[in-house]
Amino acid sequence: MKNKNIVFTLLFALFAVLLPLFVKAPYQMHILILIIIWSVIGTAWNLLGGYAGQVSFGHAAFFGLGAYAAGLLKFHYDISPWWGMLLGPVAASVISLPIGLICFRLRGPYFALAMLALGEIFRLLFTNLTSFTNGARGILIMPEITGKMFYYYLGLAMLALTLLTTYLIVHSKVGYYLVSIREDQDAATSLGIPTTRYKNYALLPSAFFTGLAGAFYMNYVAFIDPNIVFNLSNVSVMVILVVMLGGVATTWGPTVGAAMYIFLGELFRTTLGSANVLVFGILVCLIIMFLPNGVVGEINILMKQAAARKKTSLAGGA
Amino acid sequence: MVLFGQTVICGILLGGMYALIAIGMTLIMGVMKIINLAHGALVMVGMYVTYVCFKEFGIDPYIGMFLAMPVLFFIGCLIQKYMINRLVEVDSILPENQVLLTVGIMLVLTESARLIFKSDYRSVATSYSSKVAFLGDMSISVPMLTGFFIAMIFTLILHLFLTKTDIGRSIRATAQDRDAAVYMGVNSSRITMITFGIGSALAAAGGSLLLPLFYLFPDIGHLFTAKSFIITILGGMGSTMGAAVGGLVLGIAESLGATYISMGYKDIVGLVIFLLVLLFLPGGLKSIVKR
Repeated sequence: MKNKNIVFTLLFALFAVLLPLFVKAPYQMHILILIIIWSVIGTAWNLLGGYAGQVSFGHAAFFGLGAYAAGLLKFHYDISPWWGMLLGPVAASVISLPIGLICFRLRGPYFALAMLALGEIFRLLFTNLTSFTNGARGILIMPEITGKMFYYYLGLAMLALTLLTTYLIVHSKVGYYLVSIREDQDAATSLGIPTTRYKNYALLPSAFFTGLAGAFYMNYVAFIDPNIVFNLSNVSVMVILVVMLGGVATTWGPTVGAAMYIFLGELFRTTLGSANVLVFGILVCLIIMFLPNGVVGEINILMKQAAARKKTSLAGGA
Repeated sequence: MVLFGQTVICGILLGGMYALIAIGMTLIMGVMKIINLAHGALVMVGMYVTYVCFKEFGIDPYIGMFLAMPVLFFIGCLIQKYMINRLVEVDSILPENQVLLTVGIMLVLTESARLIFKSDYRSVATSYSSKVAFLGDMSISVPMLTGFFIAMIFTLILHLFLTKTDIGRSIRATAQDRDAAVYMGVNSSRITMITFGIGSALAAAGGSLLLPLFYLFPDIGHLFTAKSFIITILGGMGSTMGAAVGGLVLGIAESLGATYISMGYKDIVGLVIFLLVLLFLPGGLKSIVKR
């Protein structure tokens, strides 16, 4: 089982690295880069929401902070926004500490709502602090590197780092504690697990990588405004959809979900015209109703069932 | 002093109408324990129904409201019966998938409206739209005053319905303890369906009352979802009277914020109140009264 996973991961990595040999059109490369960005945010969200069970409706706060960290460096100090790739994730993690302090006192839907409110507060603050953030006009930079190939490989490295880090966290002691908190927080507490501290261990890297994706986004798209990067429905809620589409609490779920989300979104946009979001919404409803564990989650369940059947049939035959 | 008085009165009137929308949400949240992110979209649909009645048939919004309510009751029942109820039975890792389903419903409703009506801003111009009544030196908009009183009447009727009728009592029983209610012979799936229907109908009523005051466009639902959340948490989940008071508090806080801080920070006032209540008064205003 372990070997199978490694082989699959290597094959996927090889596929991802070689993909630009076949896909050269800028539009297609753009789609791939968007998929990578959403995979990173989704994987980061999954660590907190999927494994620890703390569903956040406010990840746009971290994404926006990362993006603005990069943008403001250029806007105020004329420093290359690439430094934002360092500053952005750090800023998001630093802000996540007080946020964790406030929000982890709450549970379940209350936590989700508090995060939602925080995300919106950030959006409104960045819209109204005009002298600091340039307000609703947003920040426009001249990208220092044109050509998509560079962004693709940088993004791929970012995704690999995110996947590896979350994989290591999830398969360490911390990861098992997080799952136990998700399954039954009271039981976890009574076993002596300091639940709030461990939730913070999930929030911190989650905010870090979301901020990293935000800074990357600023460098790549070269324009942000508060209504784009702090958007509730287009960032905070969509990241949850991405993870749910792919599979909650699975390693590859967010990546698969991101690919589906971007690909289907673009497909509908180019073929269906103004009805595209409507069809997307219908699809979302259907998937949640009929594939509650996401694509990867359902495949995992099917494989487990197949393995169990094989075992019983072998036992029966012998 | 005139400015202050006018600000507070305006806040109270607007808050009363917000409260009616929020009562629909608090009912749904109290009974089903889910966050309904599609609530504002239901308000929006109700507003469009009233708008069409006015534009096509010349029906006054205050009468069109009585057409919008049954339509939304029906839509609400369908959503609950065929979509949300299904999810109670399926197994998934996170219970929040119900919330996400309401996001999907919100998308579908909003985009359907956009497909039919485009993203244009629309408004209803009635003979009384810009009429103003005077109280001393303070001027008060007539549609606001009318809307407020109708909203209060609805709140009262709902309160009587919940306390005096059989269905109302079953709804309250289900909200308090679903399992116990089922043992007592309450048909819980029917009750949740009716609750969702009533919640949607009240959302439509609130929307119709606000129609003469607001511009109507497909995305306006987000605004109402946010406001009803704040009010629901402020009042305490499942408490109609809490929602009524919460609505007034939010209305006053917002208009004070808009007058004395700035228009842009108006929405932050509501969100900060929301966070503070979540942290320091998790049961909302309801829990103070009970103590």
